[in-house]
Amino acid sequence: MSFSLRKDSHGVVVVGVDGQLIVGNRQELKQKVLDALEGGAKKFVIDFSKTGYIDSSGLGVLVSLSKKIREEGGDLRLAGLNEDLQTLFELTKLDTLFAITKTPEEALAAF
Amino acid sequence: MTLPLRPLVRRLPGSGGLDVEISLSVPSALEYVADAVDVIARHCADAPLSARVLRFNLRVALAEALANAILYGNREDASKNVRIRAELSRDGVRLLVSDEGPGFDPSSVPDPTDTPRIGREAGRGLFVIRQLADEVTFNAEGNGVCLIFRSH
Repeated sequence: MSFSLRKDSHGVVVVGVDGQLIVGNRQELKQKVLDALEGGAKKFVIDFSKTGYIDSSGLGVLVSLSKKIREEGGDLRLAGLNEDLQTLFELTKLDTLFAITKTPEEALAAF
Repeated sequence: MTLPLRPLVRRLPGSGGLDVEISLSVPSALEYVADAVDVIARHCADAPLSARVLRFNLRVALAEALANAILYGNREDASKNVRIRAELSRDGVRLLVSDEGPGFDPSSVPDPTDTPRIGREAGRGLFVIRQLADEVTFNAEGNGVCLIFRSH
């Protein structure tokens, strides 16, 4: 389980979630994104291409980060959700709250 | 640092190796959730459930039930444990998760997908469990939940 952060050439921060995003590690993701936001980054893509599963605490952290980033005039997009994860967003109706694209490249292009 | 989790596996005689019971005691700390889910899911790998249920539904629902038990049941009290029992049979998998807390009334939890609640950070755990398991029941005290995943 780990999170990686990289900046693309336009300054968009792409966060990779490797493994799970659950109650035991959500604070780590939150802190990393908030640190980047504090450092001046405004646009974020969270890439779930390598993610196994997310629980409701993980979903909660995404909701809270999205709010925080918007308050700072930024934007958070989600990408790379597999069929299981997409279903989870649909069940909880969070697909209506987030901008979701198939690949991180599409998310970057949409900024 | 977390201690290794040691499950107790019991094969019931006369079932052709199909009926298996796995018991696991988990300390009341959130860093154990991922490992505990992994241990139980690996032991359920031969259960007659679809690949998707084994890979996703069972793992997420168990992670939710465990987190609830640790956070709201045992309130992260290090002297208390959460007990998991997984019962495998030809009918599927039953997961029993119980804590040492006073219990709660599951009917008091509102629907997190009602429009005013969609943007809230918390309150989706029980809803997610109910969506992912075939059947969810609580004991009378409200400190034990049974998740049933049926082979179809």
